[in-house]
Order: sequence, then C-alpha cells, then structure tokens
Amino acid sequence: MTAMAELTWTPVCPVEAVLPGSGVAALLPGDIQVAIFLAGDGEFYALSNMDPFSGAAVLARGIVGDTGGVPTVASPIYKERFDLRTGACLDDAEVEITSYPVRVADGIVHVGSP
Amino acid sequence: MSRTLVVVGHGMVAHRLVEAVRAEDQAGAWRIVVLAEEARPAYDRVALTSYVDGWDPAALALPGADYANDEHVELRLGDPAVEVDRDRRTVTTAAGHVQDYDVLVLATGSRPFVPPVPGHDLPGCFVYRTIEDLDAIREAAERSGTGRRAAMVVGGGLLGLEAAKALRDMGLSPHVVEMGPRLMPLQVDEGGGGLLRRLITALDVTVHTGTSTNSIEADGDRLLAKLGNGTELDLDLVVFSAGVRPRDELARACGLDVGERGGVLVDNACRTSDPAIYAIGEVAAVEGRVYGIVAPGYAMAEVAAARIAGGGEATFPEPDTSTKLKLMGVDVASFGDAHAKTEGALEVVFNDAVAGSYKKLVVSDDSHTLLGGVLVGDASEYNMLRALVGRPLPADPGAILAPAGSGENAVGVDALPDSAQICSCNAVSKGAITDAIVSGGCDSVAKIKGCTRAGTACGSCVPMLSKLLDSCGVEQSKALCEHFTHSRAELFEIIRATRLGTFSEVIAKHGTGSGCAICKPAIASILATLGNGHILGGEQATLQDTNDRFLANMQRNGTYSVVPRVPGGEITPEKLIAIGEVAKDFGLYTKITGGQRIDLFGATVDQLPHIWRRLVDAGFESGHAYGKALRTVKSCVGSTWCRYGVQDSVGLAVELELRYRGLRSPHKLKAGVSGCARECAEARGKDFGVIATENGWNLYVGGNGGTMPRHAQLLVSDVDTETLIRIIDRFLMFYVRTADRLQRTAPWIEELDGGLDHLREVIVDDSLGICAELEAAMAEHIANYADEWRGVLEDPEKLARFTSFVNAPGTPDPTISFRMEREQKVPVMLGVPEVVSR
Ligand code: SRM
Ligand SMILES: Cc1cc2nc3c(=O)[nH]c(=O)nc-3n(C[C@H](O)[C@H](O)[C@H](O)COP(=O)(O)OP(=O)(O)OC[C@H]3O[C@@H](n4cnc5c(N)ncnc54)[C@H](O)[C@@H]3O)c2cc1C
Ligand code: SF4
Ligand code: FES
Repeated sequence: MTAMAELTWTPVCPVEAVLPGSGVAALLPGDIQVAIFLAGDGEFYALSNMDPFSGAAVLARGIVGDTGGVPTVASPIYKERFDLRTGACLDDAEVEITSYPVRVADGIVHVGSP
Repeated sequence: MSRTLVVVGHGMVAHRLVEAVRAEDQAGAWRIVVLAEEARPAYDRVALTSYVDGWDPAALALPGADYANDEHVELRLGDPAVEVDRDRRTVTTAAGHVQDYDVLVLATGSRPFVPPVPGHDLPGCFVYRTIEDLDAIREAAERSGTGRRAAMVVGGGLLGLEAAKALRDMGLSPHVVEMGPRLMPLQVDEGGGGLLRRLITALDVTVHTGTSTNSIEADGDRLLAKLGNGTELDLDLVVFSAGVRPRDELARACGLDVGERGGVLVDNACRTSDPAIYAIGEVAAVEGRVYGIVAPGYAMAEVAAARIAGGGEATFPEPDTSTKLKLMGVDVASFGDAHAKTEGALEVVFNDAVAGSYKKLVVSDDSHTLLGGVLVGDASEYNMLRALVGRPLPADPGAILAPAGSGENAVGVDALPDSAQICSCNAVSKGAITDAIVSGGCDSVAKIKGCTRAGTACGSCVPMLSKLLDSCGVEQSKALCEHFTHSRAELFEIIRATRLGTFSEVIAKHGTGSGCAICKPAIASILATLGNGHILGGEQATLQDTNDRFLANMQRNGTYSVVPRVPGGEITPEKLIAIGEVAKDFGLYTKITGGQRIDLFGATVDQLPHIWRRLVDAGFESGHAYGKALRTVKSCVGSTWCRYGVQDSVGLAVELELRYRGLRSPHKLKAGVSGCARECAEARGKDFGVIATENGWNLYVGGNGGTMPRHAQLLVSDVDTETLIRIIDRFLMFYVRTADRLQRTAPWIEELDGGLDHLREVIVDDSLGICAELEAAMAEHIANYADEWRGVLEDPEKLARFTSFVNAPGTPDPTISFRMEREQKVPVMLGVPEVVSR
C-alpha cells in the first residue's frame, strides 16, 4: 500500500450555486478545470471539465441524469455519458477521465486535487 | 487439402452464395476466391435509388460483404475475369492473374440493354445499374445550368420509373418514353396501367407511351431527342433503362451452353453444361428462364451452396416473381399469375377512379383459390395477398377488394397459414418469424431482421413484421428512454391533462430514476410548448439540451454563436450596421447563414449577455437558432419588387415568422413563402411552405433539406390569407402534440395512419373535432410569447449562470484560442490534455 498523496482542497462555491441535476465549472490551482455536479441522488461529484471526445472544456454544461441507476453526465458536444463517480465513459470502455473527490463543509463545496 | 471455389462477380447473389457456403462449410474445406469487376464489395443494388437520398455509399453496404474477418474468403476487387479455361480449370483476369479452381460459379449478373438508337453513346447518355452510374448522372445533372432542366428515361418499366424518381429528386423534370402501350407493361394490366399513368404524371413526370426514341442529337451542350410520334425533347441528359441482358460473355467464349435469349443455361441445381461450373443470379437461365429480380437469385445461391459445400440434393424452387414499386407515394404491385394465364382463371376487378385505386385479383375457376393480382394506387394489402397466393381465400374476392379491405372481411395476418411466405426476398415464412418472436425472444422488428433476415432486402415486408409482433402479443416499445415507458406524444397528453409543471413531478409520477439526456430535453420542450414560463426558469434550466441551456449554439471549441431573428430575411440598413458593430466590438466571426440571416461566431459564455444587451437595445430578439423551435420563414422579394410576383411574399413571411416565433416543437421547424410558382424561396423544401397563386396561396407541408430531403406536398390550394394562417395554426399544433421526439414533419406525416389524406381530414375538414382546441392553443402561445434573451437580461439570477467558472467569474476558459483566416478569427483546437488510453 502506498500512502495517499496529499490533497489540496479548494473551496469552489456555496452549495446553492449548483442547481440539483446540473453542473458548474471551476478553476483549481494550476489551471485545472473541474466540473462539479449535484446528481439526482443528492450527492456532489467532480470530474475533469475536458470532454475527451471533442477537446472542449464543457462537461459541466452537460445533462446530468442516470443510466440504470449509475449517476451520469452526457457531454454537451456528442452526448457520450460518463460515470460521475469514476469518470469511466459508458459509451466507450477505453476512455476514462479524471475524477476528483468532493466534500461539503459549512455549506461550501470543496474539491480535492493533487 | 482444401479445394478452391472461384466466384466471378460480386453482386448481391454472389455475396449470398459466399455466406451460404461459409455457413455450410464449418470445417473450412473450401477456400473461396471472389473475382469482382466493381471496385467495391457487393452492395444493395435493389435499394440503389435510395442512394440519391444522401449520396452515401455506406448506406447501401451489405453487412459482412468485405469478409474482413474470414481467412477462408479472398475478395479481389476491381479486376474482372476475362477468360475461363475449362480444360486447365483456370480463370484469367484483366490484370493477367491466373487463378485455379475446383469449382467455378458465374455470378456476373446482367448489363443494362442500350437500344441502338443513333446518338445513344453521346456524352450525357447514361445507364442505371451501379453506384458509379448514379454518381455520373448526378455530376451531369449538377453541371447542367439552372432554369428548366429535363431528362429522358428510355423505358417505362419498374427500373425506368425508379430512375425517373431519382432524376426528379435531383431536380430534373423527367420524361419517360415507353414503347409498350402502358407503363410497367410486364407487371400491370391495361386497367391498372391507365391509373398508374395518372399517378406518375401527378409526380411531375411526363409519360410518353406507345412510341419509340428515333434519335438523340447533340445540341450545343444539350441533347435533342426525337420520338417516333414526332415529339422533340430538349434535354440535359438521357438514362437508358430498357431492360437488361445477362452478362454471359465468359460462358459463351468457353463454350458453355447458353439460352435462346441469352443467359447461361443451368439445370434446376444451377449446374451449367460443365459439371464443375455453376451459374446463379441474373446471368443464369434456369431451365431456359432468366430472372431479373433478386429473390430467385438468392434461391439459386442457396441451392448452389448446398450442392457445392453440403453435397446435398437441393433444387431451385418455383420462384416468387412478385414486385412492388418502391416509388414514394405511388403504390404498384403485381404478384402471382397477374395476367390470368392459368387455365380457367377468373379476374375480379375493383376500379375506383375517384379514389385513384385499381385492384384486380386473379382466382381459380371455383373462385376459392387466389392465383395472383395487380394493385395500383393502394397496395396496402400487397404483403397479405402475396402470402395467400395458391391458398384458399379467407373471404369472397369482392369483399376483400372493397375499399381498404375493411371490416370483418379484411385479410389479417392471423388468416395466414404458417407456411405462407412473408418475406419473399429472403424466403422467410410466417412460421419462421413467429418462431423467432415466440421462442427466439425477438421483440422488435430490428431483432427479427437480425435473426431471420426477413425485411433486409427490399423492405416491403417490414409492416408485416410489426403486425406479426402485434399478433403474437408483443408490445413494441414506444418508450422514450429507460426512464419513461411512454412515447413523447403520450407524455404530451399526460402533461397537458394533468397540468404538471416541472420535470421532477412528471418523473416522480410517471417515470423512474433521475432522467437523462433524452427525456430531460424532451420534457423541457413539452413544458415550454405548454407555456411554463422562461425555459431557463428554476429547474427547467437543468433540463435543456446543449444549445438551449445558454440560448446559443455551442461550437466545437466550447464557444457559442449568436443569431438574432431577421423575420423573412428583411432588414434595415440601421440594423445591419448594428450587427456589424457588435461583431466588430466583440471580435466575432461573421457569416450569412442558409436561413437568410447573420450568424456571429466565437462568443464565450460570459460574453453572451453583453452581446445580447447590445443587440436587444438595437431592437433585435432571439432567433432561436439553438432551439427545436421555429427557425426562419424564408421569403423571396415577391410582388413588391419582382416583375413576376403575384402576392406580397415578404409581408406574409414576416407575419408568419412573428406569429410562430418561440414555438417549441419536437424538432426544428422551417418555413418559406414564394411570390409565384418560380419558387425562389424554396418553400417546398420546408416543413411548411406557401406559394402565391393568382387567387391566394397554396400551402405545402412536410418538406425539408437535411439528411433525408423531402419535397413538401400540397395540402390546400388557392386559400386566402386568413384561411391559410388558420390551417397552419392547426397543422403546427397537431404536429407539436403528436410527433415523436426529433421527428420532423415529413416522417411524422408518413407515419400518420392514412398519411397526408388523414392529416387533411383532421386539420382541414376537422374530422376529429379538435380544430378549435388547436387554434386556441396557438392563440395562447402567441399571446404568451416573450423574447427569451430579454428575459435573461432582466433576471440577475439567470444572468449569473453565464460564467465560465463559479469560483472565477470573468476569467475566460484558458483553453479557448483563435487564429486568423481570411481576415476573421477561427477556433484553434488544442490537444486533449486528459489521458485517453487507447
Ligand atoms: C448556421 C447554419 C449554416 C450556415 O452557416 O448557413 C446552420 C448551422 C447548424 N445547423 Fe443547420 N444550419 C443552417 C441552415 C440549415 C439548412 C438550410 C436552411 O435552413 O435553409 C438546413 C437544411 C434544411 C432543413 O433543415 O430542412 C440545415 C440542416 C441541419 C440539420 C439536419 C436536419 C434534418 O432534418 O436532417 C441539422 C441537425 C439537426 O437539426 O438535428 C442542423 C444543425 C445545425 C447546427 C445547429 C448543429 C448544432 O447543433 O450545433 C449548426 C449550428 C452551427 C452553429 O454553431 O451556429 N442543420 N441547416 C444555418 C443556419 C440557418 C439559420 O439562419 O437559422
Ligand atoms: C435500380 C435497380 C432497382 C432494382 N430493384 C429491384 C427490386 O425492387 N426487387 C428486386 O428483386 N430486384 C431489383 N433489382 C434487380 C436486382 O438488383 C438484381 O436482380 C440483383 O442485383 C442481381 O444480382 P446478381 O448478383 O445476379 O447480379 P449483379 O448485382 O448485377 O452483380 C453482378 C456483378 O458481377 C460483376 N461482373 C460482371 N462480369 C464480371 C466479370 N467478368 N468479372 C468480374 N465481375 C464481373 C458486375 O460488375 C457486378 O458487380 C433492381 C436493380 C436495379 C439496378
Ligand atoms: S418566386 Fe416569383 S415572385 Fe418570388 S422572386 Fe422568384 S420570380 Fe419573383
Ligand atoms: S420481401 Fe423484400 S425484404 Fe422482405
């Protein structure tokens, strides 16, 4: 077992800033773009904002929903779906994007990054 | 040691043979070498005419025809066989390759027959058999100038009429010249021929029967054809479709027996006079008879494959030579003994000139057994009747022919015995299909196609497949997606009746889970049509599809485009200048769209409100270029300026565009208004198109460009403006309520039971008594219309969402960058920084 790398937690926005069933984009240190989602299960998730199929930083603007109970976002460009928990693409088994841990403290959403 | 099977020709029949041999020969005892003349693997020649719909060769591909994963098959394209040496058992190709064979199969098909008319070989004369032929015709059609463009098809048989349709779809006015006394003389009798002529003429095809083509002459860059009856035609191009001749030249040269009228003579096992050589498909003359359709060819392929690889005793069965014309809008079918040649056969005719339908059944002398028939105008019973040939009739012939074969005498799938053939192209019986449904678990047409092959050739049996599903009690899913079992139309009615106002309520009461990219925008659209406030209000914002979400079209690099509405394409110089200034100040790429307005590209999400603030101040409003909603009403200059115009087309276009702006619909809606029959506004290419007449307006519906272009069809003619608008109100509301998600008006009308006629009954004659309600719904939409962009600018909460980053508003997305091209900026796509493992 390796020790967990130190995470930097960045406060990004108050919980109300994310409408249930949608996403927002945020900038983390080092120009990392993340997409933060509030899914139908009431949980916050964060993925890379970059859509690997088009190269555009837009995933936060996709439609949030579920596929057989798995919380997903569909890319606004060509509609591929990604598992909000892991970043795995449901429509192409070979593609996975980075997912980031999220925690809520005092009504503020924080995203962890290496 | 494996043996070598050489197949010459790679058409549909050769492909079927290879598949059948490979299925039979599990052990791999045969190596198969296919020598093909055409440069591409076998494709769906039967559907060749549909190539015109998208010019996409991939749409005609036959699954598996490249044998990419089969090491036993070698496909050599683009190199025809030129010689067969029967003593040494070798085939030589044009490129000089010599190939040994143990068994040889000739599947060279046929070539179009070109009658030796003087001038038949001039540039501009074509045949109609391959994808390349169609490409060449298209090129010539596009090369010919604008204005009236005309073409002649020599031959008025099934293929000639298909060619005429293809030419018409390419925008040419076709003339069909047929030597026989009527169109489709082989399939249709005199009574049916008369009606067929009327129906074909109505499709804008000029028919010349009982006359020959005497000569074709070059006339500058045009062609001049002289017909036997003295008619002269000024043409852009000529297509010969005067029958086919078997390509039996290889067989003749190596001394195989050929039929009296051509074709390689074979016995009922498809063997030629040399036991090592078989012939199948259109090149084969089975016991002297050549077949010009694919179903008998497939049967030959199966027989030959069974003989070669299975060593069986299969023989060629009595073929089904039924035909149905696939021309849009004109039904013609003939089946069985259509010309009543059987001893003692009786003909029962039902001719309804008013309704435009001619039906004839040929029955046995005791009138109990169906022998064949001809249907023109309405061939809806074709599949059913064809399957009944040779069997006892379920009812009195007169009752079956009565209008629409309605009531208790209607022939239903249930009346058919299990052995009845449903798909004649692939010889699939009713029993095999019901078996696939009941035991094989096929619960959709697609699955039946996959496991039985039924429906995969000409497609005419597909409606029967869904009827069989129904009759086996399989409910065919109309479900919108995994979260809703209802169709869009059902959800529309539910939401309208229950007045539910949010997606959360709808999914909680009528669906499961949390929704997805299919049901969220679909329900958002329904909620918007029914008037639930601004589409970005509250929860609705999270349902909207990509472009609606920010009221702009998203580009490939994540920026947006801005399209202000320019009703009817009419714009003042002041407004043009205002658009120019906004574009300049924000550095936007500027382009005139195909919809008579201006698109400004390259705005970042945070720039959008600033841009729109300026545009709204200058008097613009949203153009809904992003929405499944009314886009544009295109206009020509009309009677105000044009010397030919008979009505004010611009005035009407502006009125219609303002009337229907903002109407959310299952798919986008486009319209056009032309000031006279010259049709400069291309109104017939629109979902609804209006063309001015001396007395008023003609209304056409169901046209579109795009993936599957369609010409709109005439709904009403010579109506005044008030009537016109009332009917368009009804048309749009009826469409909005009942169409499927992402279904444009043309496929919607096609799928309505009864098609355009039914639509006319409902919205013109008010047969369902819903017109007042449809009009009221439209009136409500019009009264509640408000500009969406103004709505955003006036609401700080909505405005706040137009930011790139929640934690850094105003910081633009660092990955967006541009370069200059032709003096304007265009996006630069950066490499994808994420790791995509491949
Ligand atoms: C801007 C424009 C091209 C141009 O520069 O001329 C255009 C651009 C787009 N078209 Fe189009 N179409 C444009 C005229 C057309 C036309 C011609 C016309 O309207 O006269 C057609 C064929 C006519 C028709 O629709 O019947 C057309 C057929 C399509 C289709 C295929 C529709 C179909 O039924 O098959 C799509 C895809 C769709 O809607 O699903 C499409 C989709 C698109 C989208 C919206 C794709 C998207 O979702 O991002 C493009 C947006 C570009 C952008 O980023 O702004 N566009 N598109 C035209 C805008 C017209 C306007 O002023 O609103
Ligand atoms: C526009 C159109 C519409 C049609 N509609 C229908 C329909 O609705 N229903 C129906 O049943 N039938 C229809 N047909 C007929 C159907 O397409 C033919 O019956 C079927 O394609 C015959 O298949 P085949 O393999 O025997 O011949 P083909 O498809 O002609 O294939 C023969 C192949 O052999 C190649 N070849 C020839 N000589 C050589 C050589 N020496 N060396 C190598 N290769 C060679 C040719 O280039 C060709 O590719 C239609 C045909 C056309 C053109
Ligand atoms: S359609 Fe008729 S009125 Fe309109 S511009 Fe063309 S010629 Fe003139
Ligand atoms: S009858 Fe032609 S595909 Fe079934």
